[in-house]
Amino acid sequence: MMTREDKITQAIAHAVMIFMSLCALIPFILLVIASFTDNMTAIRNGYSFFPEKWSLEAYRFIAREWQMMGRAYAITIIVTVIGTICSLFMTSTLAYALAKDGLPGRSFLMVFVVFTMLFNGGLVPTYCIYTKIFNIKNTLAALIVPSLLMNAFNIVLVRSYFKTNIPAAITEAAVIDGAGEFRIFFTIVMPLSLPILATIGLLIAIMYWNDWRNGLYYLTDPKLFSIQIILNKING
Amino acid sequence: MVLKAKNKFLGFLPVYIMALPGILYLIINNYLPMFGIIIAFKDYNVQKGILGSDWAGLKNFEYLFKTQDAWVITRNTILYNVVFMILGTICAITAAVLLNEVRQKFLSRFYQSVILLPYLMSMVVVSYLVFAFLSSETGFVNNTILAALGKEPISWYTEAKYWPFILTIVHIWKGIGFSMVVYLANIVGINKDYYEAAQIDGATKWQQIIHITLPSLKTTVITLTILAIGRIFYSDFGLFYQVPMNSGPLYITTNTIDTYVHRGLMELGDIGMSSAAGVYQSVVGFILIIVSNALIRKVSYEDALF
Repeated sequence: MMTREDKITQAIAHAVMIFMSLCALIPFILLVIASFTDNMTAIRNGYSFFPEKWSLEAYRFIAREWQMMGRAYAITIIVTVIGTICSLFMTSTLAYALAKDGLPGRSFLMVFVVFTMLFNGGLVPTYCIYTKIFNIKNTLAALIVPSLLMNAFNIVLVRSYFKTNIPAAITEAAVIDGAGEFRIFFTIVMPLSLPILATIGLLIAIMYWNDWRNGLYYLTDPKLFSIQIILNKING
Repeated sequence: MVLKAKNKFLGFLPVYIMALPGILYLIINNYLPMFGIIIAFKDYNVQKGILGSDWAGLKNFEYLFKTQDAWVITRNTILYNVVFMILGTICAITAAVLLNEVRQKFLSRFYQSVILLPYLMSMVVVSYLVFAFLSSETGFVNNTILAALGKEPISWYTEAKYWPFILTIVHIWKGIGFSMVVYLANIVGINKDYYEAAQIDGATKWQQIIHITLPSLKTTVITLTILAIGRIFYSDFGLFYQVPMNSGPLYITTNTIDTYVHRGLMELGDIGMSSAAGVYQSVVGFILIIVSNALIRKVSYEDALF
């Protein structure tokens, strides 16, 4: 039985949610329609939801530039896949060490990791070190390694998941059965941690897919431009 | 005893090997640049390198704080963060409370996904979306909305006074989906007995929200706010760099410490000033994090970072 009050609450909730959904969607719809708008019409009337004249010219342009676009998509996909896999691997192995009971030097390691959340050298030293010492300019690694590969927040997140969700009894039983650390990690810990690995993996993949900053800093060679960097260049 | 300690260490050797790639990365990506802040105290010369350059003492900082820029970027960074914190929290909690009232599972999921969409887009794409609305020649606002109201078109990308509003709207539009889901997770976790007891006592929906839902969110709000205070010297570089399209006339209201450091390094080649601003940010940011962590310890010990 719905009371009058329930009905009003429901109505308000749905109205606000529909309004917010529209706010989220409408800009994308305008952008898509703008991409199909004839150039002269856009200059005369501006972008609108109902353009006078439609055109596929923008898409023909992209089709003509298919080599550049195809390459950029390939680079984005390669960077996202390699970056996400490496990031997940390094994050979870370090988190495993941090979750290991009785590991000598564990608390020092924890401070070592957490301190990177509190203090950082900033952009200029990072840039100088990557370009001067590691010569990372105009390499594929420039899109994968600087800043993005691993962060302390994810390490702490995965570590606490290991601590609360992997019962010590299972790993102890594996040790008694003669399994080494690598075996325990890959055959027991990783499969049991799929939920957290999937969650942070998704966030890391989105981050790599959307990144344009590393390209802005470390790339001048158009051959290595990813899709976001090309968008950024057209824009600027 | 020594042998035993050695064996214990050797037994953990595989674990240390596993931790090694991560440790190496943190040294390269985080610890080396920390030592690199000495650049700010040097008269940096590309040929001589970081270590070879002459010491400049605090000259870079003197130059920085003599300029108008130091004040503008500090003011902008802090004010935007304060506004984002307050408005962002209010909007996200309101949205989460309302979303929680949606009874249909499918619709609730649908709303969440759609509202989350902007969060998944890169700032480059967002800057295109904003441009489609605000471009002075082809923008939707000038050509359709202002034209319909009979108003003169506005040159959005050269008028600094509008940008505090525009950037706040864009920030909330992009981030609300994510923070709404975070608060919703909190609300769903509240014990249902409270609401049932309140209903039996004849409490209205509004009273339930004010007296049960909001107090239950208090810890989360305090923790997130204190964390945000720790980050008050940092800004979302993409938002302040991409969305105003790096337009010079807008710097007075869109320049933050992050965009200032970026421009100094990449566009002006003024390494000294840029690194001084970077160190200023890192050091004050560090102090603020320590202070805010001490505050968290006071408020709720288990939420403290360290």
